[in-house]
Amino acid sequence: MADPAVLKQLRESLKGLETGGFRRRPALPFGIPAIDSRLADEGLRLDALHEVAAGTSDMADDCAATLFLAGIAARAWGPVLWVVRRRDLFAPGLAQSGLDPKRLIYAEAKDDAELLAVMEEGLRHRGLGAVIGEAKRADMTATRRLQLAAEGGRTIALLMKRAAREGSDPIAMPSAAVTRWRVTCAPSTPLPVAGVGRPRWKLALARQKGGEGFETIVEACDATGRCALPPVMADRKAVAGGTAPRRAA
Amino acid sequence: MAVTQARAQVPGLDIRPADPEGDLASLTSLAILAARRWSPCVALSGEDGLFLDLSGTAHLFGGEAKMARHIVRLLARAGFTARIAIADTPGAAWALARYHGHCLCPPGEQARALAGLPTPALRIDEAAVELLKRLGVDRIGQLAALPRAPLTRRFGAATVLRLDQALGRIAEPLDPVTPPESIAVRQRFAEPIASAEAIEHWLGQLTPRLAAALEDEGLGVQALECIADRIDGVPQRIRIGLARPNRDPAHLLRLLKRRIEDVEPGYGIDAITLHVRRAAPLGPEPVVERLDEEAAPDIATLVDTLATRIGQDAMWRMRAVESDMPERSLARAPVLDPPIRSGERPKVDDVRQLDRSATLHPWHPAWPKPARLLRRPERLDHVIAELPDQPPRRFTWRGRPHQVIRADGPERVQGEWWKRDAERLSVRDYFRVEDEDGRRYWLFRAGDGERAVTGDLSWYLHGVFG
Repeated sequence: MADPAVLKQLRESLKGLETGGFRRRPALPFGIPAIDSRLADEGLRLDALHEVAAGTSDMADDCAATLFLAGIAARAWGPVLWVVRRRDLFAPGLAQSGLDPKRLIYAEAKDDAELLAVMEEGLRHRGLGAVIGEAKRADMTATRRLQLAAEGGRTIALLMKRAAREGSDPIAMPSAAVTRWRVTCAPSTPLPVAGVGRPRWKLALARQKGGEGFETIVEACDATGRCALPPVMADRKAVAGGTAPRRAA
Repeated sequence: MAVTQARAQVPGLDIRPADPEGDLASLTSLAILAARRWSPCVALSGEDGLFLDLSGTAHLFGGEAKMARHIVRLLARAGFTARIAIADTPGAAWALARYHGHCLCPPGEQARALAGLPTPALRIDEAAVELLKRLGVDRIGQLAALPRAPLTRRFGAATVLRLDQALGRIAEPLDPVTPPESIAVRQRFAEPIASAEAIEHWLGQLTPRLAAALEDEGLGVQALECIADRIDGVPQRIRIGLARPNRDPAHLLRLLKRRIEDVEPGYGIDAITLHVRRAAPLGPEPVVERLDEEAAPDIATLVDTLATRIGQDAMWRMRAVESDMPERSLARAPVLDPPIRSGERPKVDDVRQLDRSATLHPWHPAWPKPARLLRRPERLDHVIAELPDQPPRRFTWRGRPHQVIRADGPERVQGEWWKRDAERLSVRDYFRVEDEDGRRYWLFRAGDGERAVTGDLSWYLHGVFG
């Protein structure tokens, strides 16, 4: 077995030799300049906790948040641990958002405390690319623990928050998460023929550390987990005209 | 006799190829069983028998005769037909079992018991048996009566040795089988311990010893049981399972430490033992040492840790199953080492060889699938839809009305009649609909809208898209 000190020294010298200054990116960008430029780290920091919640308590919005998480995890590296409370995730649907079933490990927790403990265990292991959990109650202490467990590693911690009570806002609770997102279903891309186009979400960054929140419409994850800006966004007038009556309804 | 000839004579004859290695292996395992159960000294005798040294063990089973009956009955239950002879010497027992049948030879009587048996019962070679027959010596009694000096000169020492061994004049040592011992390490304490810290300390001492013992055998542990002997005789057990064979003391200790709270020390613990309940070979593995990046740690340790916390059943992967029914298109798989679908080699003349296109994945990427699937489809109320194949205009799910703005479909799924009789004619027409708020659902209608046998035209919601 080689001496770790020697190995470390060799790694250092190898880093010095590389001209391009290559190093593993500390953040996971969306690949959309309009979103990345507004994030403090130009992407989702890998060694941090991020929270995602559905805009409403409807199951469709819950699924939009699910696919948003699946897309982020799909773009991360390595195996993914998904800690669930119910066994209703449909693997073919996740695979269509880029999350290969070969990469995904499911774990079922009995309650929120156990779920958070399992997530923390997964984060501390350092061998996973992403850890996703679905919790109803995660207070400041619990999220702080997750954030501390994620620090120093390359495992992105994603917490999907569900409303503890009907009508309560899960994002409003104090939390140590670096970014907090709210995902809501939006009408899909119009097609020239009858049918459902590419799904769209209303993506709202409710809070982020060191930056402002914003709100935008994105097209849902494709087969590689990448979101996109709708092409009609260039034509602002059309969007404004299209969304205003829906908001009223 | 040739096999075909035998088949022609006896119809329905069960013919199997001879398997001497397999026979020997099962005989050895039987010997190990006997060595564990009945007598510490058990030896193989040829390819069809076992020697059991009953000295000092027969009384444990109620005497020799009772023990013999017991063994025969137990073997009969396991599917073996056995014949047992008990005698003072292995040679005499061998002869009586094979040439006499069930028999209990009283002590010192083997000369008389063997006198009437034919000479091959002495385990002498065939040439000697033939020669003795020509001399008119058929029975062991006759052979024993012959003068020894000419006998040795004529037939060599081997024949006389076998005779002496059978009659007990010369000892015949047996070569016993050794049952494999399970690995266990034990620590006794001069003073009983009762605190979690002390238990943890001693587990920390025991795991390296266990790892060393495992390394000597080239094994990795898969199931480990820690037994803490309490003063009042109630053993406290911690059982841990490992997803992959492992003998890393730090990892074992970490798993054990999580469960220390399960131990109730009571008045104190006398001794702690680590028993290996299941082990598998674990050889050296190549280490991929890359300089440009740190290697990601193995997932197996995480799986072990989580399995200790939430249980092995609460962790799984999903694998694709070829099925049209959405709820049957996936199945749970073990977390580690997902079994790769055995690539059955098609036959040379298989028609499928002509198909050069790549195999389709069971989950077709082009047909949108929901993110979450309801455990069972939920019935929809107040559905307005045109027949035969139009999506619904409006529906009510969980008491909430939805108006459908856009829809895709139908995707027709026929029942899998080859799997279930009830699905012989059933049809589901799946639609992907979007309501006025942009929410997308996966609905289906039971029946194709034309024939009543295919379904009753009721509508269900099966999954939800994001």
